Amino acid sequence: MLRLILRDLRLVLRQGSDATAALMFFVLCVVLFPFGVGPEPNVLTRIAPGVLLIAALLAALLSMERLFQGDFEDGSLELLLLSPLPAEGVAVAKVAAHWLVTGVPLMLVAPLLALLLRMPVDQLGLLVGTLALVTPLLSLIGAVGAALTLGARRSGVLLPLLVLPLYIPVLIFAAAGLDAGLSGLSPRPHLLLLGGMLCGALVLAPLAIAAALRAAHE
Amino acid sequence: MHRFANPARFLKIANAVLPWVAGLSVVCFAAGLYLGLIASPPDYQQGDTVRIMYIHVPAAWMSMFTYSTMAVAAAAALVWKHPLAEVYAKAAAPLGAGFTALCLLTGSLWGAPMWGTWWVWDARLTSVLVLFFLYLGYMALVDAFDDPARGNKAGNILLLVGAVNVPIIKFSVEWWNTLHQPASVFRLGGPTIAASMLWPLLLLAVAFQSYFFAVVILRIRAGLAARRVQTLRLGQAG
Repeated sequence: MLRLILRDLRLVLRQGSDATAALMFFVLCVVLFPFGVGPEPNVLTRIAPGVLLIAALLAALLSMERLFQGDFEDGSLELLLLSPLPAEGVAVAKVAAHWLVTGVPLMLVAPLLALLLRMPVDQLGLLVGTLALVTPLLSLIGAVGAALTLGARRSGVLLPLLVLPLYIPVLIFAAAGLDAGLSGLSPRPHLLLLGGMLCGALVLAPLAIAAALRAAHE
Repeated sequence: MHRFANPARFLKIANAVLPWVAGLSVVCFAAGLYLGLIASPPDYQQGDTVRIMYIHVPAAWMSMFTYSTMAVAAAAALVWKHPLAEVYAKAAAPLGAGFTALCLLTGSLWGAPMWGTWWVWDARLTSVLVLFFLYLGYMALVDAFDDPARGNKAGNILLLVGAVNVPIIKFSVEWWNTLHQPASVFRLGGPTIAASMLWPLLLLAVAFQSYFFAVVILRIRAGLAARRVQTLRLGQAG
């Protein structure tokens, strides 16, 4: 499993395009907002959590389509499923690699962008903490959609249609947590709920991904 | 359950049941609509707008019922490869989406005079909206593959993933402080709704339910026929 993660990481490092494209998308998406709503500091501070979260969500979705597609087309996914590693293990490894190459860089860039959006400096820790819970959730839920749409005719359009409704609860609690922090309340209950969702998804999503991967190879 | 896995046996029973549920639906719709829209008293606070409830609440119940049964059917299809379960899920999906749309629409029409707004982003409304998107996503996913068996399988997995949403809808009015009122019919300690309003509501619930069964039987019949046509065509081509 570790080897599979390392293989995926090495592939990304050598090709590089997908992960950096998602990151660039995230940065550009956030930078567009001050132009769209005007550069007033109060407005920007108010919308900063939502903008960052939605941009992160879309960036995760953008890179999600390629998660299994390449391996599916050149047949290596089939070999992976035939290997002694159970399909759930393959799923966990692929999701972990996806999170490492898109989620983690996103988490690291987010504080810089938050400063551009005039978020107070003392909230940056909370932002990174929230994203640390949110980005793995995005990878897990998105991977379910990516595995389900493998080989579909309009997978590019279909994937957001399946995954975005499932992202709504994540977005709600992450935004509520960040807003609570901004208005001086405790973000703890929201973060605990997010943590609970992450625990649940860590257990259930690999099962769904594995079932979908097996279905794609029947 | 496996006794009815044979489509021929299922169709024999379904055809016998069909006129009865269709008739029951017509009778209950007529009686329920008369009682609900004309004979029942207006609410002491809400006046005549309360009559929206007689459509809104059964539609909401049906939207949940349809999704839950589809999820159970999806599990049966994945675990036992039950041949009718997939046909059922596929047949029920547009009906469920229709009930959910009706529920959202009437809720919005009811909210405008009562809450002073067409829509609020509270937990109940949002989770029902997610349910609506799940129905649409399922239908789009099932249709997206050249091989129908693969589409059904992907759809079944999506149905099971989306089943997380059902308890969230049910308990959203208790877990969060919502503008939407909590349950007043299915609750511990009996319904808090007046009998003169409960009766038309229950009649219409039966009407919606039997309408659902009648249409779902028709759609399953059509689904099975379509599958036969496809097999025959393949046989001819080969």
